[in-house]
Amino acid sequence: MGKKSPVPLLQNGLRADGRAPDQMREVNMAVGVVSNADGSAVVSYGLTTAVAAVYGPREAHPRHLALPDRGIMRVRYHMAPFSTKDERKSPTPSRREIEISKVLREALEPAVVLEQYPRSRIDVFIEILQADGSTRVASLTAASLALADAGIYMRDLVIGVSVGLVENTVVLDLNGLEDQYGEGDLPVGYMPNLKRFTLLQLDGAWTRDKFLEAIGLAVKGAEYVYQKARDALKNRYMSIAEEIYGR
Amino acid sequence: MASISPYGKRFISYLRREQIKRLLSTRYRVDGRGPEQVRDVEVKVGVVKTADGSAEVRLGRTHVVAGVKVGLGQPFPDAPDEGVLVVSAEVLPHASPYTEVGPPDESAIELARVVDRGIRHCGYVDFKKLAVEGGKAYVLWVDLYVINDDGNLVDAANLAALAALRNTQLPAVVKDETGIKLGRNNKSPLQVEVAKVPVAVSVGKIGGVLLLDPTFEEELSLDGRITFTFSEDRIVALQKSAGHFTQAELETALDLAWRGKERFASALKDVLG
Repeated sequence: MGKKSPVPLLQNGLRADGRAPDQMREVNMAVGVVSNADGSAVVSYGLTTAVAAVYGPREAHPRHLALPDRGIMRVRYHMAPFSTKDERKSPTPSRREIEISKVLREALEPAVVLEQYPRSRIDVFIEILQADGSTRVASLTAASLALADAGIYMRDLVIGVSVGLVENTVVLDLNGLEDQYGEGDLPVGYMPNLKRFTLLQLDGAWTRDKFLEAIGLAVKGAEYVYQKARDALKNRYMSIAEEIYGR
Repeated sequence: MASISPYGKRFISYLRREQIKRLLSTRYRVDGRGPEQVRDVEVKVGVVKTADGSAEVRLGRTHVVAGVKVGLGQPFPDAPDEGVLVVSAEVLPHASPYTEVGPPDESAIELARVVDRGIRHCGYVDFKKLAVEGGKAYVLWVDLYVINDDGNLVDAANLAALAALRNTQLPAVVKDETGIKLGRNNKSPLQVEVAKVPVAVSVGKIGGVLLLDPTFEEELSLDGRITFTFSEDRIVALQKSAGHFTQAELETALDLAWRGKERFASALKDVLG
């Protein structure tokens, strides 16, 4: 951050990859992509690709962590060794991945009706296959789709989008280049129906005005991605219905 | 390594939680403070003579010691002309009945990384001045040790890290036939940009009331928690570490944290000079 980018990040109002400041990269989603899992989804924002698989509710292990009145969640965010442009990333969980696993768990828990699952555990495993910025927020969208696919009771979907600051302009959905050379990064998790933020992190240097502008843009971005997420879930179940009842 | 809901380990009785909530609805807290009031803060530097820099912070009954050791190492490949900052945190088994012996858990890692993010890009430490000839760089190892946890570790640990860095003496670089190393007998103070000091302020949410500087007991009752780090008039780091917030709550929390910043900054004044 704060270093000179090899290419201009913003020129004539357009970003290095040709997008407008408030434009997402191409968003693709599919639900039910891991047949053994109780629920699963793959989400890509541009090149960034996250696969999430959900197992559970199942018996809580270790047993001393089980709760009599509600379920617990276990979340793992992990990057594949080949997912980055630089050298091979060690598969051993880094401090960064441990922190992200924690903030993602805390971003998903408010959406899951854990009171429905006493003494149980719900596992969410997220793997980044290809990383080009915004991996934690793509993970969040994938994880909530996988939870919904597993039939877990939820209050809302949690949609992840990132906003950032490049050349003092607020932009939506940072790619790897903008993440590395931009002036700020603000990953957001948002529940579009309940209008609540469940993931918020920030680095860089933001004025109060730019921060609030960015939060507003994040909400718009999340609403856009939410429609795609709904469609992805519908497609999954429409195709099952077609299989059973025919067209 | 995965993150598991910790509720089974730490809990507060429903009665006590209700008491905290009920009292807060009248804008009082169990320890007699108002929602915007911060506990007494005490910052001392030079408390560990074996470290290159050190500080101790007491925030109410929360007690954190920070030690800085300076080493010589390789700069990060994406910043070959800059020094390196490594922040680690350990919540000692002394700190509370819930802390276990073992390597830092996810909360300790999060604590260290939130403090790190506040310091890294705000200009408080000029990392460009920490490059050393021969492709090497100074490495600032900042270790945060929590001795007693009575809540709000982030704000206290951040103050301790800032004060310890201010207190740090850089060993001179010595050249001999085996290469370059650090001469610990010849030291000069690490320069810090006092005006850019990054101050972390956490805001808790209990039953719709936003409050500063939560105690341990209040942390077990939180419906939301967010930390803002300010440097000059900018937000340089932010971390939501529990629950959820509406947009209106977020804005109120930001303004509350901004007002709370003065209290922590003034506790640092004597140390920063």
